[in-house]
Amino acid sequence: MTPLVLTAIVFLPAAAAAGLLCLPRAAGRRVVLTVWTAASGAVLALTVALWAGYEHGGGIQYETHVRWIPGAGVGYHVGVDGLSLPLLALTAVLFPACALYALRETRRVREFAALFLLLETTCLGLFAALDLILFFVFFDLSIVAMYFVIAGWGHAGAARAAQKFFLYTFSGSLALLLGFIGLYLAAEPHTFDIVALSAADPLAGRSGYGALVLLAVGLGLAVKTPTVPFHTWLPPAHTEAPAAGSAILAGVLLKMGTYGFLRIAMPLLPGAWRTYALVFVVTGVVSVLYGALVALAQTDFKRMIAYTSVNHMGYVLLAVGAAAALGADTADARRLAVTGATYQMVSHGLLTGALFLLAGALHERGRTYAMDAYSGVAARAPVLAALTGVAVFASLGLPGFSGFVAEFQILAGSLGPRPVATALAALGILLTAALLVRALQGVFLGPLRLPDSPGTPRPFPDLRAHEVASIVPLLALAVVLGVFPRFVLDVIEPFSRTVLELVAR
Amino acid sequence: MTAALWALVAVPLTAGALLAAAGRRADRYAPGAAVAVAAAVLALAVYAAVERPAAQAPLLAGLPFGLGAYGLSGPVAVTVAAVTLAVLLASVADVGAGEPRARFFGLMLLFSGAMLVTVTATTLPALLMGWEAMGAASWALIGFWWRDPARVEAAGVAFVTTRGADLGLYLAAGAALAGGSAAGTELDGLAGVPAPWLHLLTAGVLVAALGKSAQLPFSFWLSRAMQGPTPVSALLHSATMVVAGAYLLLRLRPLLAASGWGDDAAAWAGAATALTLGLVAVAQTDLKQLLAASSCAQIGFMVLAAGTAATTGGTLQLAAHAAAKSLAFLAAGCWLTAFGARTLPALRGAARRTRGAGAAFTVAALSLAGVPPLALWAAKDVLLAGALEHSPALYAAGVAAAVVSAVYSAKALWYVWHPPGAAEAARESPAAGARVPAGEEPRLPPAEPARVRPAEPSRTPAGKAASAAPADAPGGALQGAPPAGPRDPRADTDTAGPPDRSPAASAVPLPGALSFAVLALAAAGLGVLALPGPRAAVADRLGARGEAAPHAWELVLSAGLALAAAAAVWAWGDRRAPVPARLTSAAAAWLGLEAAARALLVRPVRRLAAALAAFDDRVLDRGVDGLARGAVRLARGVDRRLEGAVDGAVEGVGAAGRALGRLARRPQTGQLHTYLAQAVAAFTVLAAVFVLVR
Repeated sequence: MTPLVLTAIVFLPAAAAAGLLCLPRAAGRRVVLTVWTAASGAVLALTVALWAGYEHGGGIQYETHVRWIPGAGVGYHVGVDGLSLPLLALTAVLFPACALYALRETRRVREFAALFLLLETTCLGLFAALDLILFFVFFDLSIVAMYFVIAGWGHAGAARAAQKFFLYTFSGSLALLLGFIGLYLAAEPHTFDIVALSAADPLAGRSGYGALVLLAVGLGLAVKTPTVPFHTWLPPAHTEAPAAGSAILAGVLLKMGTYGFLRIAMPLLPGAWRTYALVFVVTGVVSVLYGALVALAQTDFKRMIAYTSVNHMGYVLLAVGAAAALGADTADARRLAVTGATYQMVSHGLLTGALFLLAGALHERGRTYAMDAYSGVAARAPVLAALTGVAVFASLGLPGFSGFVAEFQILAGSLGPRPVATALAALGILLTAALLVRALQGVFLGPLRLPDSPGTPRPFPDLRAHEVASIVPLLALAVVLGVFPRFVLDVIEPFSRTVLELVAR
Repeated sequence: MTAALWALVAVPLTAGALLAAAGRRADRYAPGAAVAVAAAVLALAVYAAVERPAAQAPLLAGLPFGLGAYGLSGPVAVTVAAVTLAVLLASVADVGAGEPRARFFGLMLLFSGAMLVTVTATTLPALLMGWEAMGAASWALIGFWWRDPARVEAAGVAFVTTRGADLGLYLAAGAALAGGSAAGTELDGLAGVPAPWLHLLTAGVLVAALGKSAQLPFSFWLSRAMQGPTPVSALLHSATMVVAGAYLLLRLRPLLAASGWGDDAAAWAGAATALTLGLVAVAQTDLKQLLAASSCAQIGFMVLAAGTAATTGGTLQLAAHAAAKSLAFLAAGCWLTAFGARTLPALRGAARRTRGAGAAFTVAALSLAGVPPLALWAAKDVLLAGALEHSPALYAAGVAAAVVSAVYSAKALWYVWHPPGAAEAARESPAAGARVPAGEEPRLPPAEPARVRPAEPSRTPAGKAASAAPADAPGGALQGAPPAGPRDPRADTDTAGPPDRSPAASAVPLPGALSFAVLALAAAGLGVLALPGPRAAVADRLGARGEAAPHAWELVLSAGLALAAAAAVWAWGDRRAPVPARLTSAAAAWLGLEAAARALLVRPVRRLAAALAAFDDRVLDRGVDGLARGAVRLARGVDRRLEGAVDGAVEGVGAAGRALGRLARRPQTGQLHTYLAQAVAAFTVLAAVFVLVR
C-alpha cells in the first residue's frame, strides 16, 4: 500500500472539518452528524487497512519524508511502527464512538463536529509524527482544540476548568519545546528528525546536558500524562468536560504523554534515561498509589474515574522506568514490561473511554455526578448498569479483559528489575478493585433512589440505541484484546525489543 | 484430544457469558441449556481425565496459556464438573421461574468454567486468569439479589478480600519470571526457581491460596458469602472457589518443599484453621454459618495435606468434601425454602418432615463428622498419615480438629432430628431467648429469600396460586411469611420447630432428588478409594507414589474418637456448652476477624485516602492555583511599579528634552543687541580658554 495512506488518514478529518465549516448555515444537524460519523468511520476503515498491510517487526513503515523547513532541520516525517500503530488504531476507534455517542447533541453541532474532527487529526498526526517539531505542533493543537471543546460544551464551571487545562498543559508543552531545542542543538548536523536523532544519540557522554534535556522533556510529558504532582488540571477538566470530550481527553490525549516517554525520552536520551530511571519508577509508584487513594475518597463519579486515570498511567511510568534497569538476566522481564506499558495505553484508552461515556449517560439522566444521589439505578436502567459493571470490572484488571493483559505484563515484568516498587504498585490493583466495586455497588445496586428533581419525577430511560452502539464496541474490543491479545502483541513486541536495544546503548 | 481440553473450559465460559448477556429474554431456556452444558462439560472432564491431554497457546511473550488434565488436575476437574451439574440440577427448583434465571445459570456456568481453567492451568498466567475470573463471578453470584444492600456489601467484602490475597499470585508470577527463564512460570517448573525469588514466589502462592480458601486470617469473607442464594453456597463451598487454594497448594507441593519453609507454613496454617474454624462452627446457631465455618475447617485439612506431602489424602478429602458439603447446602436450601428457617433451633425436627432432604443431610453430616465407613473418615486418615510422618504435633492437631468436626456435625444433626416435644417446648419456651441469646445470633440480617428477595413476577398472587408446582416452592413459603418490615432477628428461634407451611415444599423436587442421590452416594462411598488397592491406583494417577499410608490403629482411633464425640454431643443435646460465654460469643462472631480487618486495614486506608484527597485539593491544587495567582500578581506589580518607573523614566527624558528645548529657545530673541552681547560673551570665553589652554 502506498505510504500516502498514512497522510490521508491524518488529514482526512481536518479536511472534513473544513468542509463542515464551509457548509451553509442552513445545513441541518443531520447532515453535520452524518459527515462527522462518515469521516471518522472512513479513518477507521483506512486504519484497519493500514494494520492489515503492516508487516510485523518490519520497523518503521508507511514512511513519508518531505522537506518542510529545511533551514531549521524540520521536515514532514511520518510513519508507523509497533508503538504508533496500536495508538493510531485506538484513536481511530474512539473517535467514531464519540461521534455516535453525540448523536443527540443539539448545541452548535457544526462547530462541535468540526472541533472533534480537528482534534482527531491532531491525535493521529501526533502518533504518526517522526519529527520533533511536527510532534510539538500536533501536541499543542490538540490542547487548543480540547480547550474549545471543554469551554464551549462543558458544564457550569467549564470556562475555568478549560483555562486551567490549557495553561497547565501549555506550560508543559513549552518545557517540551525547550527539551526539543536542546536535542536539536546537540545533534550534528542540527536536526529535529526523530529517526536521525535516535540513530545519532547526540547526547552520549554529555551527562549534564542530557540531564537538563531529560528534565525538560520529562516535565512536559509528566504534565500531559499526568503524573503526581502535576495532575491537578485533570480532575476539573474531566468533571466539567462533555462526555465525549472526557472520553477523548482520557482515552487519547493522556496517551500523548506516555507515548512521548517511549517515542522520545527513552530512545533519544538513553544515557540520561538509564541514570535517572529511578525517578520515573518512583513517580510511577507514587502516581499509582496516590491516584488510587485519592480516587477512593471521591464522592463524584466522574472525578473518581479521572483519578483512576492517574493510577493507570502510573503503571506505564513504572514499567518504562523499570525497563531501564539493565542486566542480562532480566531482559525478558523488561521487554514484557515495555510491551505491557504499550498495551496499557490501548487498554486504558478503550476502558476509560467507555467509562466516561457511561458517566455521561448517567449525568444526562440524573443531572449530577454525585454518587450518593444515586442508588439501585440497575432497576431503572439495567443496560446502563450492566455495561458499567462490565467496564468497571474490566478497568480493575479482570482477566478476560485487556486491562489484565496489560497490568499482568507490567507487574510481572517490573518485579525483577524493581522488586520493592512493583510490590508497592501491586497494592494499587487492590485499591482500584475496592474503589470501583464500591462505586458500582453504591450507584447501581441496592434499593432504587434517583436524584431529587423538583416537580414531576424526572424520566430515567435506559441507554438509547446510539449510546449502546458507541459503548459496546469499546467493551467488546477490550474483551477481544483480553482473550486474544496475540494480534496486538505481535505488533508491539518487536518495538519493545528495539526500544530496549536503543536504551541499552 | 487437545480440542476436548479447550472445549472443557471454552464451553462453560462461552455458554455462561452468552446466557448472562442475553438477560431476561433467555430466562425460559436457561435452566435446560445450563444443565445440558454442565452435562457436556462433565463428559468432557471425564474424557480429559482419562486421556490426560495437555495443550498450549501463545499468550504473552514467552508466557503461554497452558492447560493440562494430567496429575491432580484430571480428578479435580471431574469433581468440579460433577458437583456443578448436581448443583445446577437442584437449582432448577430453587431458583424459581420468576427469578432472572438466565443471569443466575449463566453466572454459575461462568463461575464453574473459571474454576475449570484454574484447575487445568499449567502456567501461571492461565492459573491467574481463571483464579481472578472466579473471584469476580463469585461477586456477581453472592450479590445475585442486588436490591438488598446487605447482600451487595457481602459480595464486595468477599471480592475485595480474595483479591487482596490474589496480589500474592501477581507477585509470584513476577518472581517466577525474574528468577528464571520465561519457562519458569510453568507450574511444574516453579520449584526450580533460584533462591531469593523462590521465597517471594512461595510466599505469594501461600497468601493467595490461604485467601481463596478462606483459611486464617482470611476466613471472614466466607461467612459473608453466605448471603448469596443457597445453590451458590453449595457450589462455592464444595468444588469451586474455596477449594481452589487447597488445590493450588496440593499442586505446588514441590514448590512448598523446595522453599524449605512453605510446607511447614501451609501445614500449620491448615491445622490451625481446621481446629479454630471447627470451634467457630460449633458455636454457630445458624445452619448456613455452621456449614460455612466447617468448609474453612475441612479445607484446612487439605491445606495441611499439602504441607505434609499427602497429596492422595488431600485429593480424596477434596472430592469427598465437595460431595458432602454441596449435599449439606442443598438440604439446607430445601429447608430454607420450605420452612423459611435457617437457625438451628428453628430447624428442629426439619429432617423428620422432609425425608429426602433429611436423609441427604444426615449422610453429609455423618461424612463430615468422620464417621466410618463414610468417605471423609477414610480421606482424613490417609492425609493425617502424612502429618504423623511429618510431626506428631501436627497429627495431634489434626486429630483434635477431626474430633471438633464430629462435634459440630452431630450438633447440627441433633437439631434437625429432634422435634420440639410438647412438654419440652413448654419447659423451654420462656428460656428460648436465653438459650440462643441475641449475641450468639450471627449479626447477618435475616436472609430467607422468600422474604427479602425482591418482588419478582412470580410473587404476584397469580404466581402463588400456581405454587403447587415444586418449582414455585418459594412462593408457597411466602404465603405464610410475616408482613414486610424489619424482622425480629430471633423470630426463627421463637417458633419452636419449623412450621409446616406448604405440603409441596417438603418433598425434594425430582431433578434435585437425582443430584441428592448421586451426591449422597459420593459422600458415603468415595471412601472406597482409601482402601490400599484403589489408593495406590489414585496415587499413581496423581503421581504421588510413596506417600505415607495410615496404620490400622490410626483408622480405629479416628473412628472411635469421632463416634465418641458425636455420641457425647447427641447425649448433651441443646444444653449450654460448659465454656465461658466470652469464648462462645467470640467463636460465634468468627473470632472478630472481619472487625479486625476493618479496624486495622480498611479504616486506616480510608482515613489516609481522605487525608490525601484533602491534600490534593488544599495543597497541590491550591498550590498550582497560587502559582497562577502569583503570576497575575507579579504582572500587576510589574505593571504598577516597574512599568511606572520605566514609563516615568521615558517621560522624564521627554520632559528634560522639552525643558532643554525651552532653554535653547530663550536666546533666540530676534533682537540684534542680544545677539551682539551673546557673541561678545562667547568670544570672551573662547579667548579665556585659548589663553588658559595654551
